Amino acid sequence: MSPLDFSVEELDELLDLASDIEKSPEKYAHVCDDKRLATLFYEPSTRTRLSFEAAMMNLGGKVLGFSSADSSSAAKGESVADTIRVVSCYADICAMRHPKEGAPMVAAMHSRIPVINAGDGGHQHPTQTLTDLLTIRSLKGHFDNLTIGLCGDLKFGRTVHSLIEALVRYPNVRFVLISPEELRIPSYIRESVLEKSGCPYKEMERLEDAIPELDILYMTRVQRERFFNEEDYVRMKDFYVLDKVKLSLAKEDMQILHPLPRVNEIAVEVDNDPRAAYFKQAQYGVYVRMALILTLLEVKLPWR
Amino acid sequence: MALNVGALSEGFVLDHIRAGKAMTIYHDLKLDKLDCTVAIIMNARSQKLGKKDIIKVECPIDMLDLDIVAFIDHNITVNVIKDSQIVEKRELKLPKQITNVIRCKNPRCITSVEQGLDQIFVLTDPEKEIYRCKYCEEKYRGHRNK
Repeated sequence: MSPLDFSVEELDELLDLASDIEKSPEKYAHVCDDKRLATLFYEPSTRTRLSFEAAMMNLGGKVLGFSSADSSSAAKGESVADTIRVVSCYADICAMRHPKEGAPMVAAMHSRIPVINAGDGGHQHPTQTLTDLLTIRSLKGHFDNLTIGLCGDLKFGRTVHSLIEALVRYPNVRFVLISPEELRIPSYIRESVLEKSGCPYKEMERLEDAIPELDILYMTRVQRERFFNEEDYVRMKDFYVLDKVKLSLAKEDMQILHPLPRVNEIAVEVDNDPRAAYFKQAQYGVYVRMALILTLLEVKLPWR
Repeated sequence: MALNVGALSEGFVLDHIRAGKAMTIYHDLKLDKLDCTVAIIMNARSQKLGKKDIIKVECPIDMLDLDIVAFIDHNITVNVIKDSQIVEKRELKLPKQITNVIRCKNPRCITSVEQGLDQIFVLTDPEKEIYRCKYCEEKYRGHRNK
């Protein structure tokens, strides 16, 4: 339901499994031969849905489901609680995307099969956070002693909030929060997550001032409609666009992450830089979803 | 006490209710749906509060959901009466979870569309007395002692 449902130890196990899948995917090609995943997508999210479906297929499993509410029984007014009880008869595990916050929780309460929250409105998107964590750990080898820059819309970006909550559990993580004043992280994250954990952080307005000290740069989109006036938007939008010039100030081994889709906040000229990790991130998203399916289905791996 | 409205043989006396709040508690406890004697005393003199309300309910003692009283105001004193004696002064603790007393006001919450769903709030921060919707985790911002 939420990225914090796993303890640090459980998370480590999950990420270890995902890393092993990355190393030898062929070992896992048939471990879910007789299993089915239902993808219940009440709003379209092609990327997330395909990632789940690819993950299940890589494990040898089958996939069924719907990709928008109007092609499902929800259009006829069926409740989430009823739908999941029926789907429990058809599949072994399900991934649910829903525009309403808490819908996957309702499903989990009535389900006989494991329910994965594939994003519920502006609330949680735990498999994105797992993807981000696996990407960071795979490329850096560890979470501790990292300086992590989060750039862009930190106020409404739920992926940013979840990532902060997940990372403060590791020792010696530092955050640099780069955003316009209007889009700073909400006070509840500042007070009940950052300050409570004693995690050092600073807030900056300009990406180029922050970039030299970063080990990880997590970019998000700054949307025009988030600004109060056009003037501010024009003044600040370039602060949050990563291009070759800004990247030249960064460490050689910094990694750039982005939950995608990007619009213009990362210039296309950056894509071929070895530090651009956002497409690798999509690949890690499949591995971590494979690991999650295996863990929730409690699949016995023959070599373990 | 100057005022005496018939002694109870078995039931509850809810004392130290903030003056004027007795009727809301009467409804929240669904006392209007019970077929038992209820005495409501309003604006009684109190050393502790200046003025206070009191509710006396004559009913079997496991019939009331004290979690609701605790949620509304945990400073209310609950006296349990048996055989016309006070047998217990029950301390009220904030309930860990409260069902169908308050509603989630977040328009994006699943509770706004799904039918037949219980409105459940969970105590997430006992120190600051913060309740959050079980589903969308939105904080309850209303006054508990409404």
